[in-house]
Amino acid sequence: MADDALVEVRDLDMAFNVGKARARRTTLQVLRKLSFDVGRGETLGLVGESGSGKSTAGRILVGLFEPTGGSVKLFGRTITGPERKANLAAVRSRVQFVFQDPHAALNPRMRVGDSIAEPIDIAGAHTRRDRSHRVKELLEMVGLPRDAAERFPHEFSGGQRQRIVIARALALEPGFIVCDEPVSALDVSMQAQVVNLLMDLQTKFGIGYLFIAHDLAVVRAVAQRVAVIYAGSIVEIASKDALYEQPQHPYTQALLDAVPRPDPARVRGPVIGGEVPSLLAPPPGCRFHTRCPHAMPRCQVEEPRLRETAPGRQTACHLYETL
Amino acid sequence: MASPLVSIDDLTVQFRTDRGWANAVEGVSFDIAEGECVGVVGESGSGKSVTALSILRLHARGAARYSTGAISYAGRDLLQASERDLRRIRGRDIAMVFQDPMSSLNPVLTICDQISESLRLHQGMSRAAARKKAIELLDLVRIPDAARRVDEYPHRLSGGMRQRVMIAIAIACRPRLLIADEPTTALDVTIQAQILELLRDLRAELGMAVMLISHDLGVIAEFARRVIVMYAGRIVEDAPVDVLFQSPRHPYTEGLMASMPALDGGAARLYAIPGRIPDPDETIDGCRFGPRCAHSEPICRTAPPRLIAIADGHRLRCTPRTRAADLT
Amino acid sequence: MTDIAAGSISGSLAPRRRFVLLRRLAGHRSFQVGLILVALLTLAAIFAPVITGVDPSSMKVRFRFKPPSEAFPFGTDNFGRDIFTRVLYGARVSLWIGLAVAAMSGLFGAVIGILAAQFRRLDAILMRVMDALMSFPAILLALGVTAALGPRMESVIIALTVAYVPAGVRIVRASALVVRELDYVEAARIAGASNIRIMVRHILPNSISPLIVHVTFVFAYAILAEAALSFLGVGVQPPTPSWGNIIAEGRDYATEAWWVMLFPGLGISLAALGLNLLGDGLRDILDPRLKGRG
Repeated sequence: MADDALVEVRDLDMAFNVGKARARRTTLQVLRKLSFDVGRGETLGLVGESGSGKSTAGRILVGLFEPTGGSVKLFGRTITGPERKANLAAVRSRVQFVFQDPHAALNPRMRVGDSIAEPIDIAGAHTRRDRSHRVKELLEMVGLPRDAAERFPHEFSGGQRQRIVIARALALEPGFIVCDEPVSALDVSMQAQVVNLLMDLQTKFGIGYLFIAHDLAVVRAVAQRVAVIYAGSIVEIASKDALYEQPQHPYTQALLDAVPRPDPARVRGPVIGGEVPSLLAPPPGCRFHTRCPHAMPRCQVEEPRLRETAPGRQTACHLYETL
Repeated sequence: MASPLVSIDDLTVQFRTDRGWANAVEGVSFDIAEGECVGVVGESGSGKSVTALSILRLHARGAARYSTGAISYAGRDLLQASERDLRRIRGRDIAMVFQDPMSSLNPVLTICDQISESLRLHQGMSRAAARKKAIELLDLVRIPDAARRVDEYPHRLSGGMRQRVMIAIAIACRPRLLIADEPTTALDVTIQAQILELLRDLRAELGMAVMLISHDLGVIAEFARRVIVMYAGRIVEDAPVDVLFQSPRHPYTEGLMASMPALDGGAARLYAIPGRIPDPDETIDGCRFGPRCAHSEPICRTAPPRLIAIADGHRLRCTPRTRAADLT
Repeated sequence: MTDIAAGSISGSLAPRRRFVLLRRLAGHRSFQVGLILVALLTLAAIFAPVITGVDPSSMKVRFRFKPPSEAFPFGTDNFGRDIFTRVLYGARVSLWIGLAVAAMSGLFGAVIGILAAQFRRLDAILMRVMDALMSFPAILLALGVTAALGPRMESVIIALTVAYVPAGVRIVRASALVVRELDYVEAARIAGASNIRIMVRHILPNSISPLIVHVTFVFAYAILAEAALSFLGVGVQPPTPSWGNIIAEGRDYATEAWWVMLFPGLGISLAALGLNLLGDGLRDILDPRLKGRG
């Protein structure tokens, strides 16, 4: 199993210092003890609301942030700790990132072809002719005409820009791509196109994805396994069908209930109250207990650990410990 | 059900572009009845927000113009009304809630100041009375600890709380029509569910009509009684909510529904409508959805389709299908 | 390879839009007026020898204080020099100083501003130096520098550059701080781009627009400041004519020979007006926050 893992994350902690004046400085614990794997050619969905820390986790995996604790292994190399620099340089070309906002992800003053070729230029891997050939090949792969290379980003729609961003991510034939809300800024009819493209590319090249999203329906369409994150901790991780059909954690249940369905006849259950707690002053015990319909006295003092509740399935909830 | 509350007739709105005036909305006509709950769904460039802003004539003069049409409210054409009359209608008779609760509130004024503003303006309330009313309104939109929160500044509130404040401001003068333009798009799913529930309850309580604009068919399905589907500046379909979701007639409506990933299982591969959304100033002969349509016929490329009633309360803009409905 | 494109889903591209910026500039009224004014003045300065054929320093005491006439369109001064000629030649000096100051302060502003935004430790030092420079009134600072370097054209340029660099630095730094957080910069960082590459390819081209607007205004300020310095006697020294020192020389006879001061003054006003209109136009078009207004 370990041989198969592209990504191994263990007990990942991330804290930021906030506040300018030294006296008022506090730490914001954004991620706590995150552990998950992504296998070769697999998609792990990472689902959470804003402020859950899901984007931070994705950025750590591509080396943008150095975590404050825990370890991250990419392609068997540890990119945390003393070997960080050398190992990061070694895996850099095989790890890529697709951003949420296709308007901000492309330099408006660079031709699309130059944006796509930037990873190639930095790696210094190709000659000029190979480079332009490769750019055209990449454009075709994402379903754009070859002459798109000569244009500027403002000439493209949101969905087309996201294709360009994907082409750039594919430039060095990566084995793993972090997709941070790749379709949430797109129109519904464009979302489906981009989702299908990502899945085709996975089938063809065996790329592993960490697919970060707040939209549970999109994640169901792309992921094989799903991790649900709340206020910086994973509360449940399971195979897709298990998670959607029999959600265990009360937060996962609430989240699924809250999604509006295109079915006017559906009778909605009670709506969960409250809001995501501030990470500056998180509640003691289980971080979800302030909103949980099943909260017990124990939940207010003791934080539940993520533990196996069924084969291949983990949940962090006291409800499942006694079973 | 006598005369409608608001009636939009053949509205065309144009925007200034680098290459002259382009139609952002073309020939849009529909009514909103007293207390009705209309959903308008569409993607970017569909003209759904442009239509909504036109009702209150909120487009910047010089950048937009109303080339045809009328919007009648209480026997008056809002497109011809004086600025003074409009100001009296805005916020009092017709109110609006926007997508971004972060920039819709003034950061240097307290919640109380901002809610009081329209109360004092439209109803001439005293400062103390307006404050009391503001606290009542915060209670009504279910902001906990309203008496204390009323004196806070917007930056102290979360996104969901700010949207509640925006709703409180909007309903302060008991409007007859509330226009909600993507009110939950910037919010998390659980908060979105709370806000939609709040809007639904308020609508029932206050008996106002609501026009909800959204790109999300799920939100529309849960909220609206009647749905207007817009594409590239035109209404393509208008139907009661259960009719629309059970048997959509326009190929675009069908495509939109098929391309939504389903939460409850379903196909592995998503259906994708091919092509892209046209720019407003692109010329497309015939039906504007034609180039992307799977059922396109020769006639679709020559004659622009008309919006035709195919059943009671069901209108459709699709030449082959309205003709088929005619024959049966 | 092409099967991945998933059939025809990409569809067509939007119709090509070329030269959007140029087309917008061409449609902007105040930009056009400004451009024409500045172009006319520049042409007049360049072709001064062709236009007049008179030496700006040639004195003809016979023709002292002649009011504007056919022979002397702008009149003559106390040495009988032709003011029209002197204003034309003065334009060369004044516009050159303005251009040089605008270019140099723009260049230094861009380099220092980008460095400050990119390297946070350097930022603290650089910005304190800029604060110190900004705490002096520009004209006082320039007065000090020219006093130290001697009253020459080069020292006027250096002095005014020093005075106007801090504002440029602040402008570039502010927009670079925004740009460096954008996704495409992160994308480059993920791909392993060096700091130099990020600064040159990504941050600089995207934070330069406000500086371009700013330097057109600096151009105008510099012309005004040169006039002020010359008026105070520390600017360009006679007999070389500049708009500033023509006015300075004419002030003693202002009541008898108003034309000596009027025409170089007019030159300054037109140049400043033209550049300001130009700058306003550029700002309208380059600054997306103001889009849709006016």
